[in-house]
Amino acid sequence: MTERWQKLRHDHRVVWLVYIALAMLLVALPFLTGAALGRGWVRILDFTLLYVMLALGLNIVVGYAGLLDLGYIAFYAVGAYLYALLASPHFGLHLPFWALLPMGAGIAGLFGILLGAPTLRLRGDYLAIVTLGFGEIIRIFLNNLNAPINITNGPQGVNLIDPIAFGGFSFSQTHTFFGASFPGIYTYYYLFLALALLIIFVSLRLQNSRIGRAWVAIREDEVAAEAMGINTRNIKLLAFAMGASFAGISGGLFAGFQGFISPESFNLFESIIVLCMIVLGGMGNIAGVILGAVLLTIFPEALRYIGDLQSYLFGHIVVDAADLRMLIFGLALVLIMVFRPAGLLPSVRRRHEFGSDASVLAQEQASLYDTRR
Amino acid sequence: MDILTQQLINGLVLGSIYALVALGYTMVYGILELINFAHGEVTMFGAMICLAVIGAFAGSGADMHGAIIVLFGLLAAIAVCVGLGFVIERVAYRPLRRAPRLAALITAIGVSIVLQNLAMLIWGKQYISFPPLLPLVRYEFGGAVITNLQIFIMILSCLLMAGLLLLIKRTRLGRAMRATAQAQDIAGLMGINVNTIISLTFIIGAALAAIAGVMVSAYYGLAHYYMGFMLGLKAFTAAVLGGIGNIAGAMLGGLLLGVIESLGAGYIGTLTGGFLGSHYQDVFAFFVLILVLVIRPSGLLGERVVERA
Amino acid sequence: MDGPRMTKWAVWAFTIALSLSACGQKEEAATGTTTGEVTVRIGQVSPLTGPQAHLGKDNDNGARLALDEINATGVTLGGKKVKFVLVSEDDQADPRIATIVADKLIDRRVAGVIGHLNSGTSIPASKRYHEAGIPQISPSATAIAYTAQGFNTTYRVMTNDLQQGRVLGEYAVKKLGTQRIAIIDDRTAYGQGLADEVEKAAKAAGGTIVAREFTTDRSTDFLAILTSIKARKPDLVFYGGMDAQGAPMVKQLHSLGIKAKFLGGDGVQTFEFLKLAAVDAEGVTASSPGLPLDSMPGGKEFREKFTAKYGVIQNYAPYAYDAAMTLVEAMKKADSAEPAKYLAELPRIQRAGVTGPIGFDERGDIRGGAITLYQVKNGKWEVLETVMGGAGQK
Repeated sequence: MTERWQKLRHDHRVVWLVYIALAMLLVALPFLTGAALGRGWVRILDFTLLYVMLALGLNIVVGYAGLLDLGYIAFYAVGAYLYALLASPHFGLHLPFWALLPMGAGIAGLFGILLGAPTLRLRGDYLAIVTLGFGEIIRIFLNNLNAPINITNGPQGVNLIDPIAFGGFSFSQTHTFFGASFPGIYTYYYLFLALALLIIFVSLRLQNSRIGRAWVAIREDEVAAEAMGINTRNIKLLAFAMGASFAGISGGLFAGFQGFISPESFNLFESIIVLCMIVLGGMGNIAGVILGAVLLTIFPEALRYIGDLQSYLFGHIVVDAADLRMLIFGLALVLIMVFRPAGLLPSVRRRHEFGSDASVLAQEQASLYDTRR
Repeated sequence: MDILTQQLINGLVLGSIYALVALGYTMVYGILELINFAHGEVTMFGAMICLAVIGAFAGSGADMHGAIIVLFGLLAAIAVCVGLGFVIERVAYRPLRRAPRLAALITAIGVSIVLQNLAMLIWGKQYISFPPLLPLVRYEFGGAVITNLQIFIMILSCLLMAGLLLLIKRTRLGRAMRATAQAQDIAGLMGINVNTIISLTFIIGAALAAIAGVMVSAYYGLAHYYMGFMLGLKAFTAAVLGGIGNIAGAMLGGLLLGVIESLGAGYIGTLTGGFLGSHYQDVFAFFVLILVLVIRPSGLLGERVVERA
Repeated sequence: MDGPRMTKWAVWAFTIALSLSACGQKEEAATGTTTGEVTVRIGQVSPLTGPQAHLGKDNDNGARLALDEINATGVTLGGKKVKFVLVSEDDQADPRIATIVADKLIDRRVAGVIGHLNSGTSIPASKRYHEAGIPQISPSATAIAYTAQGFNTTYRVMTNDLQQGRVLGEYAVKKLGTQRIAIIDDRTAYGQGLADEVEKAAKAAGGTIVAREFTTDRSTDFLAILTSIKARKPDLVFYGGMDAQGAPMVKQLHSLGIKAKFLGGDGVQTFEFLKLAAVDAEGVTASSPGLPLDSMPGGKEFREKFTAKYGVIQNYAPYAYDAAMTLVEAMKKADSAEPAKYLAELPRIQRAGVTGPIGFDERGDIRGGAITLYQVKNGKWEVLETVMGGAGQK
């Protein structure tokens, strides 16, 4: 079985067939979903793609460079607010989206460096708490900068943000092609898909580049990396900046897509969820990160059907579906990590590390420490 | 001047609660290098159990002094939280002891979500009020006010912290805990049952959390299934400020964070010429934290640890 | 080795998710016209998990009670007997989830929506309902921006921040006779919006704002800001926020020995506040939109029925009840549950709800905007007086 699989994997024709099938599935997905499950699920697909982009950005910081960042959502917020403030009636500015997205990426990247610079000396969990603090600081500023000068409109948020439009083509309107009508959520899907693919491509190219290997070196042993002639300062800052710029892009997309943003969308819990996505999927592995993002966006929504499932199984609702939803979500996080500690799809490097000595170590530990055994 | 005294009192009381919770974080971190995100939720369980017991007493119509009822509630809370701490470690953390550290962090977050929603299912979605069982006495001196409850909280926290320090520094158990924290494998070789020590660490941390939970709900007069999250976050910040893994550091960090928050809320407006108000209280606290860590990357009392590969 | 196993897992997970959701879909098709009865679905959205779950469940219960009563009396639309079904969804108070849930309700072809609870969720969702042509009545969103978008589907039965803030600010200066006012808000859209309007109105009425302090909707310790306020010697402290913060705030106010009066908005005028603040609640003044529940036709019955079924009213259940009743009233007038048909009836509606007379202005805000002020006396909210708020926009 395994051998045949390996053989198939190396057959180019099979690989291409799989890619073509995957591409067709991705193109058809919103229509299949829309027809089977309705537009609510198409919107969930859109958000899934946004989270894929976010998770891939955080993967650079945490997965590649090994810098634990708990305030990542701040960069998402920066991208979103930049878009919102420069393309809404709030300041009366209406810059086009093709100018705003690169700007969002750039400014978010700058913020990444701003966060990275003072924290270069910090390691592990000290870095985690500082990034957490940074994320909260950004959110608090966004929430309060409505006085003395009204910059962000404070807790009320920014409304009536321009939808993403390209030339005269607005993504949020319903369009008709070849006699079929495409509501906004469908056109946004393809835009998000294109950008997600771009980010996946960049991530893939980075992974085995000189920079990518430098990140891994820093993650594994910073002192040794420095001894090898890697400029750890610049390389770390680059990781923060790259990760942040991905978040800046998805933030801009979020603002244009939603049409309304407020600081409550950028709280600590969002940072934690994105971190969960990459760890649960398999840190450092692009396929794993994507799987994690897809699962953690779709799973809580799928859990909304527990109510229906209960009435189907027991004939009536035993416990309120809403009450159970997050409980099951938390349990799933625990169970997945307990049974697959390296994530659902671990990166090759981590799998090697983990597969080889972990089981041996565990055995050693059991026999050495547990005297009663 | 009386304002400053008052702010210091406010800060110290708040800080001693932070310190108690921070101890739980720092003890677990010292031994496992794990941020036990669920610790705040254990605190919340402590408060909830205590209130449930108090409610049961009120329902039974037993005529007892308020303080005794609270004491019963506190004991029940400690008992349940100790069990909870033990089970959490056994189920969620022990299988992951040799796993990548982030995996354990995610289970910790998972456990925290589970406990929160479990509490919501058990005790409902409403805020629960702490009945006025303890008579409140206010003492005034030089314009500042302090209540008997505040004095009690500060004294009890100090006693508990002193007791914990003695335990860690002077007893065999404490020595075993320190040894396990320094080098788990070698401690094992020296005949220390590492698993038991880790379980005990969780148990002690949970007991302190239960006490802190009861204190918080009695002090502020209410409890809610969501109360653990912010408290846990603040306590964790305090632990890092003091140098995570260091017991005395957690106490110092807790007290300091309480005072910083108090003074921040009170004086940030004057400091910035009215540009920033008390809504930037947390910004101020985090700013101080970042400043401390930039100057001393391992916290105030933390030792410079060599990163393990 | 992991590859194929994982793929299998993924396939399984996807199949289960699909079949689960298919269950949901099928059930919908089944509830068509079984016994000559037409099923009309009404959506209700509020946070049912997270820190505001108690408020969310309250809205849910309020709307549910309304539909149960309507079903019990029986409604006939277009010659067919109609059974109303409440489709309740959890938006977790998250603007992002709110838009997903809005699309789901549109998918389930709800005839109208009661919700959302928060302004931050109601605003992004309102755009979706507007595009789908589905009327939405929020029982509790107060942000001015909610009805300022020019949507003909967006309504609320709750006064907005301006309507309530103006009454509260003027009342503080003119009726309570306080000059030195300290204002605290919780930096949520609700708290900040209300506090800003109170500040403006109090200044316009000749009062002085001696302190403006801030907290969060998760805080329990207010001693630091109250100590700063104490130094400014206010006659009155206004809090824009909810009961869960208001109650410990009053306690701490008293423990610091501040003699100022305490004033709050509808977030504070709750039974919970009385329970949480206990003896410290005495003398607190707070407002609530509409007329006193017990003075309205059907108000007492509503309270009794609700309490018997779901326990104490948390806060906005009566408004959710009124929102549901108003939707159905418009349907009855149009003799149809088709949104396109009964939407035209909503601006013309004029009925006596349990929270006061209900009619909408051209923006969808509640007309008149009466505000009732209450004061805690002997552990109970006693009515002080009802003030007419007037127009809700500048």
